[in-house]
Amino acid sequence: MPMWKSIVKTFNYYLNRKNLPPFWKNYKETLKGIKKKDIQHSKFVVFDCETSGLTPKTDRILSMGAVTIVNNEIDIKNSFERYLEQDIYSRESAEIHGLLRNGKYTKHSEEEVIKDFLKYIEGAILVGHHVGFDVGCVNYALKRMGLPKLKNKTLDTGVLFKKTKHELYAELHNKIYSLDEVCDELNIQKKDRHTAYGDAFLTALVFFKILGKLNKNKDMRLKDLFYVPKIKY
Amino acid sequence: MKNSLAERILDFLKTYPPFDSVSYSDLYKLAVETKVIYVDKDETLYSQGKPAKEHFYIVNQGAIRIYRQEGENTVEIEICDEGDVLGLRPLIVNENYNVTAKAYEESIVYGIPIKTFNQQFENNAEINKYLITRFASNSPARFSQEDNNTIFADYKRTTQTDYFSSKIENLTTPAAWCSYKDTVQHAALKMSDEKISSIFILQKEHPIGVITNKQLMHTIATGKHDIKENVTRIMIAPVITASPDVSIAEAQIIMLKNKVEHLCITQDGTPESKMLGMLTQQEIVASLSNNPAVLMKQISRARSISRLRDIRQQLNQLLRRYIDQKISFTHTSTVVAELNESINQKAVELSLSDFTKVPPVNFALFSMGSQARKEQLVPTDQDNGIIFENVADEKLEETRSIFIELANIITKNLHTIGYEYCPAEMMASNPTWCLSRKEWQEKFKNWIHNPTEKSILLSSVFFDFNFVYGQKYLIDEMSNMVYSHTPNNSRFFMFMAQDALKNPSPIGFFRQFLVDQDGAHKDQFNIKQRAMMPLIDAARILTLHHNLIGINNTAERYYKLRELEPQNAEVYEACAYAFKALLKFKTKNGLATLGEDDGKFIKLETLSKSDKVKLRRCFKPIKSIQELLTVRFQGII
Repeated sequence: MPMWKSIVKTFNYYLNRKNLPPFWKNYKETLKGIKKKDIQHSKFVVFDCETSGLTPKTDRILSMGAVTIVNNEIDIKNSFERYLEQDIYSRESAEIHGLLRNGKYTKHSEEEVIKDFLKYIEGAILVGHHVGFDVGCVNYALKRMGLPKLKNKTLDTGVLFKKTKHELYAELHNKIYSLDEVCDELNIQKKDRHTAYGDAFLTALVFFKILGKLNKNKDMRLKDLFYVPKIKY
Repeated sequence: MKNSLAERILDFLKTYPPFDSVSYSDLYKLAVETKVIYVDKDETLYSQGKPAKEHFYIVNQGAIRIYRQEGENTVEIEICDEGDVLGLRPLIVNENYNVTAKAYEESIVYGIPIKTFNQQFENNAEINKYLITRFASNSPARFSQEDNNTIFADYKRTTQTDYFSSKIENLTTPAAWCSYKDTVQHAALKMSDEKISSIFILQKEHPIGVITNKQLMHTIATGKHDIKENVTRIMIAPVITASPDVSIAEAQIIMLKNKVEHLCITQDGTPESKMLGMLTQQEIVASLSNNPAVLMKQISRARSISRLRDIRQQLNQLLRRYIDQKISFTHTSTVVAELNESINQKAVELSLSDFTKVPPVNFALFSMGSQARKEQLVPTDQDNGIIFENVADEKLEETRSIFIELANIITKNLHTIGYEYCPAEMMASNPTWCLSRKEWQEKFKNWIHNPTEKSILLSSVFFDFNFVYGQKYLIDEMSNMVYSHTPNNSRFFMFMAQDALKNPSPIGFFRQFLVDQDGAHKDQFNIKQRAMMPLIDAARILTLHHNLIGINNTAERYYKLRELEPQNAEVYEACAYAFKALLKFKTKNGLATLGEDDGKFIKLETLSKSDKVKLRRCFKPIKSIQELLTVRFQGII
């Protein structure tokens, strides 16, 4: 009975919302009014997750990396880099990201890392390359902690990159760009690829360059960034 | 908490002085505190007169231009690129910035906090040594030039030269030289190779004499001496020398006194020290006068891309002066276009000498769009392509990849000089525009016989092309082919006309200007798209229709059309006039906003009432020519 299900769901939702922990409420509070800021004063958190696979629901986050951009600056000291304790582990993905189950890094529980991350993204707009996947992974982690989904606005550099393309190449608007391709086209040296912090930093550089291209006249508004243009031709 | 990004910053820092002499753990502490800063083109990093910030900078990617404002004048100091440290001195000596740093192109710089830097390195001897030499030399201290003290290095020029205070150091050019044991013939060959009118005779790096063109005429051409004789037999000695520290005025007095046209610059100013280069009368005149003939000569003698960049900047000044002095605009645009073309040719020549491979077959580089129409006064983006001789099918891709490699060098060099990359990537480095003779022919044939909206968009750029470098016959053949295929192809003309008519007259119903409704240039008037493109497109299609080969310039096309169709002379005349006026508007605006774009976006509020009236007057011919096109080409079907 789908209707019954949805009633239970709604009921649970309100019940849950009341009992949300204080750190969640704090986090949510900081997100108010961020839409009204201009680009210069907005806080962007560029992040990337390395995961045990490509299914957010069943796979786990192995490591997270993030940097904060405010006013075209990244503060290295204030970067985010965490490695997670693993139950689920896949041999295939280890070949990509090189994270072993018992690697040399200091590790933390998923709950700790997610809490830290929520603190880190307070008042921020999330940026990532194909950000939907990374947000999805975090959301499932949140769900396991009995928390709702992330509330931040998100920007996908894969989509933003297409906006910089000349309309002559409209056919490219249907293409899906990998981070490697974007870096090549924007002339960014690739380094530490397939590590969470490395990809987050590369994506931040990509974001800088895209923003520079889109905002040549310094009059772009924050909401223009979220606008996806219609395709001509 | 582990910070891998800091390690990454560290990896970069440790490859450049002064950080190369620092221990890993010290550098790590510095790297953790670093800020990564993105500066877009023309964005300011710090400005003259402002108090020092907490950070100094090292360029990670891109280039930062350093300059000083002296009253009205802007004095260019240097351009810092990867690995150069900047903005350090004011922090150490606690002063305000005495220069401005602006991004020359989009750049990423690392900001390093001075506090941490001081804490870590106060007692580091290596670092202190570095700082002392940096500040003491007071010369442009680029990392890249520091270990480069060869006497034949290309020099850097400040664009504004002050006659009494500027040192001649900046005007010194590389000198040709030969040993005192060489023969006259050897010396003459060297002069001819280096296209230079005098050569210095060195004995252990010290100049002992000089041979000039004139001297060769008097001694060799007259038959008095044989070309196999030793150079010392005919050289003029002693050499007139000067130290690099004297001012331009002093140098000129030395020249006048000794009745010579060039000075030999030596380390301590006497003939008994190492030769550094030479100073010619010409260079002095050039630095002070900036005239086209001198610029042309400088272009032909330039030996590096950065030199061409300086010349292109001088050319902008020349252009600005011509416009201020109200010199005939036709003359101005011709002069600038010629110089521009020479710069482009020279850039290709220099790129070829940098290229490690040898082009396997004949090729030619051509320009398209405004540059090909000789209407590009303020540098805009580069549109170019490569055509190469046919090769066997199995060799095609291999050949193309070699030319693309070459094109990559060329486009990068052009970019350094000041020509933006084409946003639509219509550049020879794009495999689509680097084709063999056969492929280009097929492409053009396809455009002409199977026109589609997109191909017309492309062809409107491509049908204005102009030879730049290489084998000219390839380009000539291509244009002949275009003109032999277009006649009586009514479908093609119909498409072209439709495209030319797609921009309606720039004046709205209430005689207000039609401005951009949204996007980056909201409320600005796009003079190129709205006013100039209709005239350019119309001129192109009409000349194609008349099969007029070899005229690319829009104004000239209209003048030619006026001769061919006396019945429409009035319209064509008006179009030519209007086009020149619009180009002048755009150029003026482009100079005022140099670096932002090429001036195609005009802010209406900056226009005076009389300018607005003038602009409107230019729009009338657009309407007339569009009517003419409609009648002539829409009727065909």
